[in-house]
Amino acid sequence: MAELIAGKTGDWEMVIGLEVHAQVTSKSKLFSGAPTDFGAEPNTQVSLVDAAMPGMLPVLNGFVVEQAVKTGLGLNAQVNKRSVFERKNYFYPDLPQGYQISQFQHPIVGKGEIEIDLPDGTTKAIGVTRLHLEQDAGKSLHDQDPKRTFVDLNRSGVALMEIVSEPDMRSAEEAAAYVRKLRAILRYLGTCDGNMDEGSMRCDVNLSMRKPGAPLGTRCEIKNVNSIRFVMAAIEYEARRQIEILEDGGKIDQETRLWDTRQGVTRSMRSKEEAHDYRYFPDPDLLPLVLEDGLIERIKATLPELPDAKKHRFMGEWGLSAYDAGVLVAEQERAAFYEEVAKGRDPKLAANWTITELLGVLNREGKDLADSPVSAAKLGGLIDLISDNTISGRIAKEVFAEMVETGKEAAAIVEEKGLRQVVDTGAIDKLVDEVMAANQDKVAEYRGGKDKLFGFFVGQAMKVSGGKANPALLNETLKKKLAP
Amino acid sequence: MSAVDLTLAEALDRLAKKDISAVELTEAHLEQMAQHRSLNAYLVETPERALNEARASDERRAKGAAKPLDGIPLGIKDLFCTKGVETTAGSKILEGFVPTYESTVTANLWRDGAVMLGKLNMDEFAMGSSNMTSAYGPVENPWRRPGSNAKLVPGGSSGGSASAVAARMALGATGTDTGGSIRQPAAFCGIVGIKPTYGRCSRWGTIAFASSLDQAGPFARTVKDTAILLRSMSGFDPKDSTSVDMPVPDWAKDCVGNVKGMRIGIPRQYRMDGMPAEIDRVWTQGAQWLRDAGAEIVEIDLPHTKYALPTYYVVAPAECSSNLARYDGVRYGLRAEGASLTELYENSRAEGFGAEVKRRIMIGTYVLSAGYYDAYYLKAQQVRALIARDFTLAFEKCDAILTPTAPSSAFAMGEKMDDPIAMYLNDVFTVPASLAGLPGISVPAGLSDDGLPLGLQILGKPFDESGVFRVAQAIEDAAKFDAKPALLKVA
Repeated sequence: MAELIAGKTGDWEMVIGLEVHAQVTSKSKLFSGAPTDFGAEPNTQVSLVDAAMPGMLPVLNGFVVEQAVKTGLGLNAQVNKRSVFERKNYFYPDLPQGYQISQFQHPIVGKGEIEIDLPDGTTKAIGVTRLHLEQDAGKSLHDQDPKRTFVDLNRSGVALMEIVSEPDMRSAEEAAAYVRKLRAILRYLGTCDGNMDEGSMRCDVNLSMRKPGAPLGTRCEIKNVNSIRFVMAAIEYEARRQIEILEDGGKIDQETRLWDTRQGVTRSMRSKEEAHDYRYFPDPDLLPLVLEDGLIERIKATLPELPDAKKHRFMGEWGLSAYDAGVLVAEQERAAFYEEVAKGRDPKLAANWTITELLGVLNREGKDLADSPVSAAKLGGLIDLISDNTISGRIAKEVFAEMVETGKEAAAIVEEKGLRQVVDTGAIDKLVDEVMAANQDKVAEYRGGKDKLFGFFVGQAMKVSGGKANPALLNETLKKKLAP
Repeated sequence: MSAVDLTLAEALDRLAKKDISAVELTEAHLEQMAQHRSLNAYLVETPERALNEARASDERRAKGAAKPLDGIPLGIKDLFCTKGVETTAGSKILEGFVPTYESTVTANLWRDGAVMLGKLNMDEFAMGSSNMTSAYGPVENPWRRPGSNAKLVPGGSSGGSASAVAARMALGATGTDTGGSIRQPAAFCGIVGIKPTYGRCSRWGTIAFASSLDQAGPFARTVKDTAILLRSMSGFDPKDSTSVDMPVPDWAKDCVGNVKGMRIGIPRQYRMDGMPAEIDRVWTQGAQWLRDAGAEIVEIDLPHTKYALPTYYVVAPAECSSNLARYDGVRYGLRAEGASLTELYENSRAEGFGAEVKRRIMIGTYVLSAGYYDAYYLKAQQVRALIARDFTLAFEKCDAILTPTAPSSAFAMGEKMDDPIAMYLNDVFTVPASLAGLPGISVPAGLSDDGLPLGLQILGKPFDESGVFRVAQAIEDAAKFDAKPALLKVA
């Protein structure tokens, strides 16, 4: 979906690459035993190492390494058996060591690829350049005191995976789809909770503009864009800004910009000339990380079925459309819910009810699947009643509304309210006779060739039956009796 | 004989026999410290704590529960963080810093019953070879040239440790050695000092200078005493990723002086132009002693020796420039206010660091910066690998290597101060083994023409401290070094 932007001088194409910082799901930090819980009182989750006290040394958290390997495998990427932690040197009050321990020349994960799902049901492969492990910094609080800056080191040393994409995206939608897919994969793997609100997933956008087919233009990096909505808005804004400069005959300065959430604009943070010289060098406190033999294979064996594989299975085995399958696999819980509903039932019917009805209601009410009043088993019960002709699809919607309201079983509601569908041919015959008797003029018109009136008879008969007449049976009987 | 003249081994023996109590031993040392305070060896004295520990030690011994170092009074280099006791690394930037934690090395010593007398002066952040760079004033060597009143340096960076042990103000002391900071001051002060193999002693809680080189080790007045101390200091520590998980031998058992059949390497490249005759003399003498004791002397080649100092002065400053970034005035230590964040950094670091530390931070920042990294840091790492390989190849022909420890005896305070290169040359014989991570010991071997101690260095294979102690003991036995510092003769 390479969507071009029309400018004064012709069409422009966006070239987008993303750097996503994903907090590794782990009880303790990358190089210390301090806890990582979100929302704790400032400076309560800080070890001597995190505060960079004199003489303190980092010790690598083995669990975090396994999480990174797992993520690498989930991104269909090369996992490097040997990687190196380096120091990235710069001064800032929320960086107590005066350097961030990161990976530079030798990351733990190399090239990979993920498939993104676009709104039109098509997919596109986006390259992953690398994934490396690094420490998060603390937080500088500028709003606590009129004159002073406070520092909270709770996040200092928390393990992050920086996942860098190739510049393969061509629109804000593609960038959004990439972030959504990446988040889904991380959540399936359990290696990052993907909560952008809590900052456990953060995004830097690299964007340049070019005329279609032209070589790459100069890019700007937009830092810390913290929701999918902002990713899209920042891209749209920045693309327009760059086009305007280029069309006025200007040049793009390679620089780092910040997304201003309130104004909805990007602002210059520092130019290339002001860029830090980070003086990377291998951290002498840490030996090169060498993965033990068999670790990668052992972790590979524990991988869950990932969204893309699941999607293709749903399409292949169960005949779902790419769109439906994509919606269902977007979250692991959702896919599991659907699979429970679909088990032993009509998979398409199950998909329809899960997506259109249940997710529709939950979406309107702003609820998660976890809070759903209708469990997978109960939704399955409702579908069973449709499949065995106990109720019609129309009645089913009524029953479903009641289920959402009360949380009751479908069968119980049907019994209570006497909604069981009329399938007795005698009763249907009687019903049809009544309707025909009451509308003899219409019967005559119909027999005189006014076919359209058939719908009228169906409606009348349904009304008399209180909606309970089996539609197929009713149609058949009407056709027979109305025949001249 | 005064209690302070005992060796550590003798003191342990007397304590065991109840000929002396830990309290008596400690009191004697506290008195000696008070008497020689002018040496400026101790930055902090902890007499109350020492006496409490000594009393507790005597109680343990009375109950028959004495530990390997029970009641032995020691001085601690101020680079080791000591819980509740000010730790400054000889720098103004850490003035008033009181750690809430204990370094692994010192914790090991206290676990084994040792008594802490205080914290010892040192070159600022262990950068120096004279102890002149301490923010708390220079340390004086208890030795003087006969007939001269010139104050001499004790060497560095562990100058306070060497001076204190030489002046009988401690039975032993901890030091750290990055490029020679244990071996060179041991040689200047006429005592024994060993830097074990990199990874033997945990670096946790020891303030970092250059992480890939820093290694702790002991000072004492005999080879065996250092062997006893090193055993307590060593051991695997999961808190230091570069610490090595290997058994710690009882090295005192290796101090028997039997070198029969051992092959001792004499590196051709250490015979340098302009080397003083007295250094050559003591080196040749040392080789002869070992030959007399039944060792075979072999000439070996360490072809990359001449690149060792330049390599060291790229690698060590590079690491130090990063390691010292944490002293920013934000969380602990000295803060000099400024109108902006940058000014706060600049003022705190300008005021807190001394000239030598600043010089090395600037060199280190330079060699790591964009455009210079490959030419300096990367090249130095490559040369470092070649230097290590030199030793690997040499050790195919010999079991240990004998060299002088330093190119001169102790020099006077103020000398070489305006010439950093001349100062750096002090480490010419010690730096190569540091770059290769090898164990090295300095043993007093004789006196210079002007009556000052000279040391010989023995280098061993990685983790072969046993071999190093064996050869060192043979040198000690043959040298029969019993000269005493001028200061003690006066007293």
